Amino acid sequence: MDTKNMREYLGWLYYQYLLITGIYVLEPWEKSIFNTVLFTMVAMVIYTSYVFVPVHVRLALEFFSGVCGGQHESTMALMN
Amino acid sequence: MTESSANKPANGEVCHRTTNGVKPCRNGFVKNHYHYQQQHQKSCYLEEKVHLRASNGGLYSRPFLESFEETPMLVAVLTYMGYGILTIFGYLRDFLRDWKIEKCHIAREREEQKDFVPLYQDFENFYTRNLYMRIRDSWNRPICSVPGAKVDLVERISHDYNWTFEYTGRVVKDIINMGSYNYLGFAENTGMCAEAAATVTQEYGVGVGSTRQEMGNLDRHKDLEELVARFLGVESAMVFGMGFATNSMNIPALIGKGSVILSDELNHASLVLGARLSGATIRVFKHNNMQSLEKLLRDAIIHGQPRTHRPWKKILIVVEGIYSMEGSVVRLPEVVALKKKYKAYLYLDEAHSIGALGPHGRGVVDYFGLDPHDIDIMMGTFTKSFGAAGGYIGGRKELMDYLCTNSHSAVYATSMSPPVVEQIITSMKCIMGEDGTTIGRERVQQLAENTAYFRRRLQELGFITYGNSDSPVVPMMLYMPAKIGAFGREMLKRNIGVVVVGFPATPIIESRARFCISAAHTKDMLDMTLEKISEVGDLLQLKYSRHRTRPSADRAFEETTYEDSED
Repeated sequence: MDTKNMREYLGWLYYQYLLITGIYVLEPWEKSIFNTVLFTMVAMVIYTSYVFVPVHVRLALEFFSGVCGGQHESTMALMN
Repeated sequence: MTESSANKPANGEVCHRTTNGVKPCRNGFVKNHYHYQQQHQKSCYLEEKVHLRASNGGLYSRPFLESFEETPMLVAVLTYMGYGILTIFGYLRDFLRDWKIEKCHIAREREEQKDFVPLYQDFENFYTRNLYMRIRDSWNRPICSVPGAKVDLVERISHDYNWTFEYTGRVVKDIINMGSYNYLGFAENTGMCAEAAATVTQEYGVGVGSTRQEMGNLDRHKDLEELVARFLGVESAMVFGMGFATNSMNIPALIGKGSVILSDELNHASLVLGARLSGATIRVFKHNNMQSLEKLLRDAIIHGQPRTHRPWKKILIVVEGIYSMEGSVVRLPEVVALKKKYKAYLYLDEAHSIGALGPHGRGVVDYFGLDPHDIDIMMGTFTKSFGAAGGYIGGRKELMDYLCTNSHSAVYATSMSPPVVEQIITSMKCIMGEDGTTIGRERVQQLAENTAYFRRRLQELGFITYGNSDSPVVPMMLYMPAKIGAFGREMLKRNIGVVVVGFPATPIIESRARFCISAAHTKDMLDMTLEKISEVGDLLQLKYSRHRTRPSADRAFEETTYEDSED
């Protein structure tokens, strides 16, 4: 019962996607081209972010900790 | 400028309005303000509404409620995005057709024409080829019964995505008809109109085979003209065999070079064609916007003709009663006041409003309780409320005599077929109550009730509807291109026939479905329709409206002053 509801909901979501993007009116091969292109783009965005975001975040963290934390340490050291 | 005493209270009201915190402005802006007011305090809004009635008291006998809810920003963005995606695929398909990868089904230049000016390159052709063709199944659908409250459709299918259709030979029965302009339900194959038409057919036949000026002038035509004149409350009237030609052929007879036509921007194609054929200068004012009209009138009078600055020979204001795509009703009292003030002529096209508006079904003049003599040319059609065909022009006797000899419609067109004449006579007498029954009166009341009910329910359900609260034409916004096709198909699946309207007839993002309410619709039918519309509305997410109660959007008139020309 639950899986059926879920499937209905997903069907409804896909229908909304068809209507909003306008590909509802397209022929099936055009729909698949659009879906493929969109899927590829989304997949690439996700993959890119998976590969590069952690590196960037780490670098950014290092930079900011270098800017703030480093100064902090040194002033603390001076105080001490 | 001298101010008449009648003018002063109106001005006082305007001042009061401004101090009331409502900046009188164009339609859309007042609505924004309404949002703000609604958030604050409901009573404030009510007060405002009453106030509006008071401020228009001099001109309007009833509140003039017209709403054009603004498009939600997200919906507008998504609509443009949808058109963008479809355009990209359109270019792709055009590319494939150009390179002969795919067969082109639609008209295109022949090989020997290749080096000439391209014929099918403009946006309209691109739109037809790549967007309209994909959802063409929602239009031009043949019907095979009388288009009353219910209608039978010829079933058709397409195997190649709407490039060609195949008729299966089956009939889809009993579709609720929400598309025909059958306002008073006189499109019938039984009843007194049909019987009268049948009797006359046996007496006169169907064809006339000549024009009014030659052998085609029947006694029934004369009867009809007298009846129409009486119905409208004018001196004299003339009837023509075709509604479109009534406009497009009579305007050129009335006006010509050296005159100016002030035309509403949403006027029907027949008026536009007539105005262009006449050779007169055409100036277009914003839809139902009286400031814009007054400005054009003033400019026309002050500056006269371009270069020579001679005064214009005639100034003709051309407006419609009900605008069929917006469902709005012309602000006739104001137009008449302006017309009198600036001494212009007024041409009123009552194609949709005659029969459908007013307590006696006599159109927009009756609706506002005005004097028909204030309108110089009253034009209308018999195609809608009367369930027949043709058009009329009403006005003064001199005007009719002039048109009789000068209008192409009168001189060259074959005169109206006798059964059609009889249908109009019978239905018109029925509306006037001259047939001794109250059927006509009841139908007019029924239409008003149906309209109010349908409009109210649609708004309560959360749809965005356009137009005047009393107009039987009810546009409901769809916006997105895919939803045009989907709405038509889904409604037809649920046995309801609707008209959906897209780009060339409306601005590109304001696609809509248009319901035409009829007196023939019973409460059950309307309930059924509303239920299905709601169901489809949930499926397609069409309930865009952000205020569930009626937004009142009347406009005040800062610049416009109404003075009687006699003063």
